[in-house]
Amino acid sequence: MSNYFKNIKNAFKLKHYVNYIGVGAVLLLFTVLYYVGALNRATPNLLIQIGYSIILAVSLNLVVGLLGELSLGHAGFMCVGAYLGATVANALAGTLPLTLVLIISILAGGVSAAVFGFIVGLPALRLRGDYLAIVTLAFGEIVRNICKNLPFFGGAQGLQSEFYTEYLKAGKRALPLFIPTFIAVLFMLFVVQNLIRSKHGRAITAIRDNEIAAKAMGVNVTYYKLFVFVVSAFFAGVAGVIYTGTTSPIQYSFFSYNYSIEILVMVVLGGMGSIGGSIISAILITYINFALKSMLSGDMAAVKTLVYALILIVMVIYKNAPALKNVREKFNLQNLKEKIMSKVFKVKSSESDIRDDAGEWDEIPTKIITDEVLSTDFNLTTYTPDKPDKNQK
Amino acid sequence: MSENYVLKTENLGISFGGLKAAQDVNLKIKKNEIYGLIGPNGAGKTTVFNMLTGVYQPTYGTFYLNGEELKGLKQEAINQKGIARTFQNIRLFNNMSVIRNVMVGLHNNPAFKCNPFVSMFRLPSHFETEKNMRNKAKELLKIFGLLEERNILACNLPYGKQRKLEIARALATGPKLLLLDEPAAGMNPQETAELMETIKFVRDNFDMTILLIEHDMSLVSGICDRLTVLNFGQVLAEGNVDEVLNNPEVVRAYLGDD
Amino acid sequence: MSTLIDGLSLGAIYALIALGYTMVYGIAKMLNFAHGDIIMVGAYAVFTTLMMGETVGAKILAIVVSVVVCTALGVLVEKCAYRPLRGASPLAVLITAIGVSYLLQGMSQLIFGAKSHPVDFTIHGSFMGINYSTIVTLVVATIIMIGLTLFVNLTKTGRAMVAVSEDRAAAQLMGVNVNFIIMLTFAIGSALAACASIFYLMQIPTVSPTLGSMPGIKAFTAAVIGGIGSIPGAMIGGVLLGVIEKLALSVPAIAPYTTAIEFSLLIIILLVKPTGLLGKKRREKV
Repeated sequence: MSNYFKNIKNAFKLKHYVNYIGVGAVLLLFTVLYYVGALNRATPNLLIQIGYSIILAVSLNLVVGLLGELSLGHAGFMCVGAYLGATVANALAGTLPLTLVLIISILAGGVSAAVFGFIVGLPALRLRGDYLAIVTLAFGEIVRNICKNLPFFGGAQGLQSEFYTEYLKAGKRALPLFIPTFIAVLFMLFVVQNLIRSKHGRAITAIRDNEIAAKAMGVNVTYYKLFVFVVSAFFAGVAGVIYTGTTSPIQYSFFSYNYSIEILVMVVLGGMGSIGGSIISAILITYINFALKSMLSGDMAAVKTLVYALILIVMVIYKNAPALKNVREKFNLQNLKEKIMSKVFKVKSSESDIRDDAGEWDEIPTKIITDEVLSTDFNLTTYTPDKPDKNQK
Repeated sequence: MSENYVLKTENLGISFGGLKAAQDVNLKIKKNEIYGLIGPNGAGKTTVFNMLTGVYQPTYGTFYLNGEELKGLKQEAINQKGIARTFQNIRLFNNMSVIRNVMVGLHNNPAFKCNPFVSMFRLPSHFETEKNMRNKAKELLKIFGLLEERNILACNLPYGKQRKLEIARALATGPKLLLLDEPAAGMNPQETAELMETIKFVRDNFDMTILLIEHDMSLVSGICDRLTVLNFGQVLAEGNVDEVLNNPEVVRAYLGDD
Repeated sequence: MSTLIDGLSLGAIYALIALGYTMVYGIAKMLNFAHGDIIMVGAYAVFTTLMMGETVGAKILAIVVSVVVCTALGVLVEKCAYRPLRGASPLAVLITAIGVSYLLQGMSQLIFGAKSHPVDFTIHGSFMGINYSTIVTLVVATIIMIGLTLFVNLTKTGRAMVAVSEDRAAAQLMGVNVNFIIMLTFAIGSALAACASIFYLMQIPTVSPTLGSMPGIKAFTAAVIGGIGSIPGAMIGGVLLGVIEKLALSVPAIAPYTTAIEFSLLIIILLVKPTGLLGKKRREKV
């Protein structure tokens, strides 16, 4: 056991914990403010929205940034989680303590969304890119269409959420929902970041970088694609259940294709593959939506659409256009950081070429076993061909 | 056992919509041999590699690795059975560091088995696995002289080192047979000479059998034990290097009729 | 019987839109997500022109304006948003296309408002119980499709398009101006979308900023069912989807689930035969 902690200590790198620290600090700060009574009525609601947006953005980033496939049905998974989670919660509400109901329904919503993630992941094995994006989009629409029309789910009126009413009833006596929400965010970060920084995360990024080479290295592409879809859908489902705690009735129209795009905007704005970036842009976009809600109602909601559209187009062209390669290299955050480091702190960065989150074990001195093998007189550079060359003229 | 060949192909062939890209390819490669597969451009050499690694399913014939039939398996399964390859146009994981490229190669090594849930929840064996994988990868990188560059992105390596990294990554999968697709393409004579030494080193120290495609005749005659020449998808000649390279038909295939 | 005719005419609209998808996909190798919104812009062009008066002359003018606006827009979008990304990863192009789709929706919402407006473009009256609008749609759409097939197969430019879709690099070496061909493809696709918008208005006489997204996605479904990249495939897929939609809508028990049925069909086709009915298989070179 002590060995286990030694391993954790050896693997410790501050930058791997920044996200936990940030999210944890936010949770702590607002919990204190809440119990002191310094929060206005709207803030806890905003915090919940931010919380589930982070979960959605990071879990979508798993598919888009890490696996390199485009999913346009993330709101569909959220919808599955919300409806099924709320059904479970409605059945249990009143019989069990509220927090317990929440945990059970989160698990139920997550698992049911994960099942759908598996089903949607199946086409991902045979299709790439554009086709898969359309399949995920179609999936989202199918789910919405069914939720809208099934009498069991309240039809067009939407599904009543007992959660929400119970929370309203409990008022100040209940644990404010933003606390479990942020605990869910921390749990999600724990799972996702650990997954990325493991051999499995490497295998997944290998598939993104070069699927053919990954197959040739024996990476089971089928398994990992399904795996990523299942994990990503699970957390989208969790986000859906959290959403049911903020409103009633649950409206199928919330989970539209536009909402999937909004999540995609968060991922693209934060940087594909960057977990920290997704967190920051999820907070930013949710906050802006919240702050400008009264201003951007009615026809002015189009401004929001326009801004999202421009973010998507400008960011993607800037990051990907072959013609802008030089500009990108000139105005690169990494280079900027190095410049500041060398100018201000007179430190020459030794990590100039490290653009990759190489994992935890870099700095640990290890004894290399092959030292003896290599210390023989084998030398690669002083080779002279011993055979005269017949065919080269 | 009568099957003492590492790789044995029987009338291996494939046709794409009527075009026979390769036919009746019979290779018999013994253990620890360095075997060359040569031929003019478009002769079907890479097609043979693609069949041996499961990229294409052969239309005719079959092949055996140490007596076990591998025809019909998927690419990842064939790699796990013990055939690893490099690519003619280098296919590294460009946005990953050098060491992570090799660690992907170690993915299926039975010594580093680790369930995804163990990794997701950081159970003790996750740390052990990661540490051991990293050390193993460092060993391999040291052998190939890439240890210093281990944290550089693979796409930022110079060309020659990218080729070496591809070989290191292929070896990391623990193969019994290594397929090298034009390993010396684009190298200068100095680099080619180094590469020949590396290939021999791999054969001797990893107890490896190697099948390689090459156009550089100095490399072929320098290290290959035996050769097969392909032309228009068919075997033109096979045997010892000197024999084959002096075969009038081979000379005609390369230089054309006078 | 009238359901079938309705289905055929809806299918003809889908086919026209699907042709735009399939041609762009075949030649520029990208999924033009904004294609559906070009239909919407076409419909708004008609709406704006008709504000001046609803005479027959204005209606004919509206058709011309719609086609010109859509064609210009298609070329503009290609030039500004897609051309800089030629050679970049397909994922990047796809996300940009989604952005363009959003941009068009946002702009028209800003200009015309989110509410839908009525547009009177229906040809009133019927023949043997079938609306004139339906008959006109069917006949004109068929003529357009025959014309397009002849253009692609018989003219030099059409053959250049086929060449670019087969092998862009080789076509360039043979002296084909690839940029021009891709631009032309977008122009033709957008012009077809303008025609589709007019037929659409004949059937559903209102415009709104999100008018194009559902027909767009459904037409893409049609293109995939027919085999993306294949022109006859898009036509067959479109007609098939239109008939299925109208048939499903005519059965009260399953009518609410029509969308789900159509999209399930898409997923099933992609799983069973990813190349669609008439598509060709492509291998990645190793």
